[in-house]
Amino acid sequence: MMRLMLTLLVALMLLGQPALAARADFAPSRAVTYPPVRPDTRLEFPRDHGSHPDYRTEWWYLTGWLEEPGGGPLGFQVTFFRSRPPRESANPSAFNPRQLIFAHAALADPALGRLRHAERSARAGLGLAGAEAGNTRVWIDDWHLSLGADGRYRAHVAAEGWGLDLELAPTQSLLLQGQGGYSRKGPGAQEASHYYSWPQLRVSGTLRRDGRAVGVRGSAWLDHEWSTTILNPAAAGWDWTGVNLNDGGALMAFRIRDKTGGSLWAGGTRRDAAGGVRVFSPAEVSWRPLRQWRSPRTGVVYPVAWRLAVPGLAMELRPLLDDQELDGRGSTGTLYWEGAVRALAPGGAAGAEIGRGYLELTGYGGELDL
Amino acid sequence: MSALPDRPPGTACPSAIPALSHLLGVTLLGHWRGNLGRVLLSVLGIALGVAMGLAVELIHQVAVDDFAHSARRLSGQADLVLRGDGVGFPEALYPRLVADARVAAASPGVEATLTLPGRSESLKVLGLDPFRARALNQPGQAWLGGAAAAGMDRFSLLDPDAIALTEAAAGALGLAPGDSLPARAGTGSVRLRVVAVLPGAAGRHGLMDIAGAQWLFGEPGRIHRLDLRLAPGVDRDLFARELLAGLPPGVRVEAPEAPGSRAAEASRAYRVNLGVLAGIALFTGLFLVFTTQWLSVLRRRPQFALLRTLGATRGQLRTLLLTEAGLLGLLGAGLGAALGVGLAAAGLAALGGDLGAGYFAGLAPELRVPPGTLAAYLALGVGAALVGAWLPAREAARMSPARGLRPGDAETWLRGWQRPGPGLLLLGLGAALPFAPPLAGIPVFAYAAIALLILGAAALLPWLLARLGGRLPRPAGALSGLALARLTGAPGQAALAVAAIVVSVALVTAMAVMVTSFRDSVEAWLHQVLRADVYARSGRAEGSGYLDAAAQARLAALPGVAAAEFLRHRKLHLDPARPPVDLMARPISPATAGTVLPLREVLDAPLHPGTAPAWVSEAGRDLHGWRLGERFELPLGDARAAFTVAGVWRDYGRQHGTAVIDLAHYRRLTGDAAVNDAALWVTGMPAEAVARQLRQEFGPGLEVRLPGEVRRLSLAAFDRSFAVTYALEAVAVLVGLFGVSAVFSAQSLVRRAEFGVLRHLGMTRRQVGGMIAAEAALLALAGILTGALAGLAASLVLVAVVNPQSFHWSMDLRLPAGQLALFYAALLVLAALTALASSRAAMRGEAVLAAREE
Repeated sequence: MMRLMLTLLVALMLLGQPALAARADFAPSRAVTYPPVRPDTRLEFPRDHGSHPDYRTEWWYLTGWLEEPGGGPLGFQVTFFRSRPPRESANPSAFNPRQLIFAHAALADPALGRLRHAERSARAGLGLAGAEAGNTRVWIDDWHLSLGADGRYRAHVAAEGWGLDLELAPTQSLLLQGQGGYSRKGPGAQEASHYYSWPQLRVSGTLRRDGRAVGVRGSAWLDHEWSTTILNPAAAGWDWTGVNLNDGGALMAFRIRDKTGGSLWAGGTRRDAAGGVRVFSPAEVSWRPLRQWRSPRTGVVYPVAWRLAVPGLAMELRPLLDDQELDGRGSTGTLYWEGAVRALAPGGAAGAEIGRGYLELTGYGGELDL
Repeated sequence: MSALPDRPPGTACPSAIPALSHLLGVTLLGHWRGNLGRVLLSVLGIALGVAMGLAVELIHQVAVDDFAHSARRLSGQADLVLRGDGVGFPEALYPRLVADARVAAASPGVEATLTLPGRSESLKVLGLDPFRARALNQPGQAWLGGAAAAGMDRFSLLDPDAIALTEAAAGALGLAPGDSLPARAGTGSVRLRVVAVLPGAAGRHGLMDIAGAQWLFGEPGRIHRLDLRLAPGVDRDLFARELLAGLPPGVRVEAPEAPGSRAAEASRAYRVNLGVLAGIALFTGLFLVFTTQWLSVLRRRPQFALLRTLGATRGQLRTLLLTEAGLLGLLGAGLGAALGVGLAAAGLAALGGDLGAGYFAGLAPELRVPPGTLAAYLALGVGAALVGAWLPAREAARMSPARGLRPGDAETWLRGWQRPGPGLLLLGLGAALPFAPPLAGIPVFAYAAIALLILGAAALLPWLLARLGGRLPRPAGALSGLALARLTGAPGQAALAVAAIVVSVALVTAMAVMVTSFRDSVEAWLHQVLRADVYARSGRAEGSGYLDAAAQARLAALPGVAAAEFLRHRKLHLDPARPPVDLMARPISPATAGTVLPLREVLDAPLHPGTAPAWVSEAGRDLHGWRLGERFELPLGDARAAFTVAGVWRDYGRQHGTAVIDLAHYRRLTGDAAVNDAALWVTGMPAEAVARQLRQEFGPGLEVRLPGEVRRLSLAAFDRSFAVTYALEAVAVLVGLFGVSAVFSAQSLVRRAEFGVLRHLGMTRRQVGGMIAAEAALLALAGILTGALAGLAASLVLVAVVNPQSFHWSMDLRLPAGQLALFYAALLVLAALTALASSRAAMRGEAVLAAREE
């Protein structure tokens, strides 16, 4: 009761009127201008291993197969995304979200029947998250992917119940995609990315699972790609695969789908065992779905098996397990299928495996927002 | 009354039992019908007590629950929360803790109160990193979803001017996504954009991105909270202790639920105070039931005697009377419960969860009625009625049927009141209890002392009258002589009327003296603290408005401003279990302190070496142990600064403790050059002109007030908040008159024969009436004198014990003598008139017949 009057006193003293002199320094954010991806840009290394913070999006995509002693093969994915928001402000705060970093990690374990999956998101800054320019070093808290002075990548992810600590050594030179690393993704010249891959990485490291750590070995594939306008407005999603062929060769193929499921654009690159590289035009890449799988969690239907053909090479892609759906709606906002696949000789007998790789299916669960 | 069956008393006739219960029912209904006014008043008294108590309890329960729930929700699944006071702590602590292996997830936050120009309410804003908040399941998830639902892109909530509102906040401010929200930042203004309304989020607050919030509130590099989830297996308490040891002063580590319990703690005294008022109302109800039942027993003596002779046992009779009272109680309690729930709903809607007291600002809770609470208050109402009816019921049961059938024999059973023992015991206890310390911060014993003092005086008076009666000189007039003889000769019956008047007068006196003392003290205090000619304020402590050095210079340089004094107001959290204390930094020295502050105690010894002087409020002294001359520390800047208590002052403006230190010293310690308030002295032109000029120059970014205005508004607010006590005073007066009316109504039954004889002897009706009025006036006078004394004693307890212990506010005792004298005189007249009105029947002609009956 006695407190009441004092509260009222304060309340009465605070009665005011509208409209104030605006505070000069505090201003809303302004739209940023992203640089376009240009065909004449020459990639240089190690500079282009690093981050390209001016572009809208960028990712370092590590996928591969692991063998554990006495166990079957496992698939793994460690991905870091960098995203530059469309608006920025002059805010001096260390929290100013000029760059956002996301990370997805997944382990495809046939014994479990689905992915073990974890994700992280953070704004770059305060030393807690970031993507360095000049060389590969991208991290969120203790998760990181970096390219060391010894020429090897190191990746570390730790989630609840599992984690990976991997070293990835190149066995071949890196592979520039498209025309010298300029990879067209659609009919418009702007619809492109800067893109290179590093196939046939030799993996060694430790897999921690349910409190038990085991040494693992395997082979992996790294993609590093950055762009500003990667997709045509008519695009609904894409299918992508990267396969380490058993003969030492490598195949990357993709197609951009329109809303009817037809191909809006396609492309790919093959490096044969001898090191010869061939880049495919849209008409040269053929994707034919063989089998559908419906996610019991989201109800989304994914074509998880394919017949893929490029000039001089045809294969069937068969998933290590069907359920490799990755729900990244909490971080990057995307729902997709990212899974380990075997490449089999087409129509051949069982076991005619010619390579192992990863298949990525996006845009099957609704609109894609990059 | 002549056709009595010839049966010895107390022997029941088996065949009469069904008829008996029927008879009992008829008795009850007949009685209620005949006394409808009294019965209704008793019911109302009970209802009022139950309603007030229940409403206060419900509102408080809801408010505390919602506050705790909201605090818990803001912390999500955090195990610990690091909190800095108003200025927070360096953000570098955040990456350090993220790197700590014992920390599984950490989420930083910036908290401030957004001052909204043109609106009386302010908005609590929490700046979070939605990515980090998500890991702790803080409201960030809903925030992302909310922005998407409003058709915004995912990045819009990261904009520095973007704010998401809880549903309650959006409703209170009348805002929807897309609207703009002007707010004050420093002395300037900004326009925020509402990007989302968060469905289902508790509390009334806004969420911003942490970067925008840091920028808006002008505190780069600092955060105010850090919510932590610990790695599995980490001992929370151990970790908290280790963490605390390495933290800057002023940063505390606490459980996420701590703010809820702190708020409950802060408002406890206030709640108890309202509870006591409800108790007084309930006591009134109890007393009304008592007089109603007493009167009814008296009236129905022949009926009860008849029932007894018909075979009803004492137990049955007692049960009948208690059932009657229980039904009254249930009726009252039911009515009160309905009223209480309605009151609580209305109170919540109009004032929010704190009845306007500011303990739970920013919450709009929804009313819940726990069945347990409802049952407890129903039981309380019924219980009060039963207690009130117990004595009359016992007496009715004790009465022997033979005597009950004889009219005029109602004296014996109040004889017990003529012993001095109980009254003296009550008074003695009442005098001793105020010296007992408070129980858990609540002056339980002082409240009890007030009740005992009043009841003791009421209980002692009949004995006193009887003792004095014989020694008083006989007045000359025959009538007043008769009245006095009657009064002193049959005090048992008069005791009830006197007791009612004593209680009534004592309550009114105590409340009036306390309110007058408080009001006068507040008025004097306002005069003393408002010394300048114009006041300007840019924002409250922890608010988004402040005056920087440039603005201060501009203020001081205005034409007409002879002198300007600035004040920095901050909140410091010292004790995790208590609300923060107020730190006020202003130009002050031991030499000027006496003129600047209403000092109650002054130190005349030297300060402790290495300390600066501080002047603390009475609440600071009582709650934080800052006694005169003692050394204490405050977390200021990046160290603990040491002070000596150089004085204790009276602060009616703040309740949880205030420390005043010198502004220059504060700036040296903290490097903080901003201030909240300015006091200006004007020469050469009217203060109004300077005020106008200020408003033009700074716009509404600055609240400008003249001291007269502040005084007027403060006192008006004071009077409004004490309106409840005036209502209770009116109720108390009703109790007194009710007692008088009951007694004289009873007498009109009992003394029919006496009045008849007097008429028979030749007294006119006027003369009998005059005698009755004189009797009542004498009775009232005795009651008023005693009640005034008891009330004064009670007011002393209120002023000297209850207020300092509950609210840590001292005040100077003031007697509203004229006001009280007027009230006493009015009560005297009213008592006489009430007695006359109640005795109408006895004065009529049939009274003569009654005498013949005898």
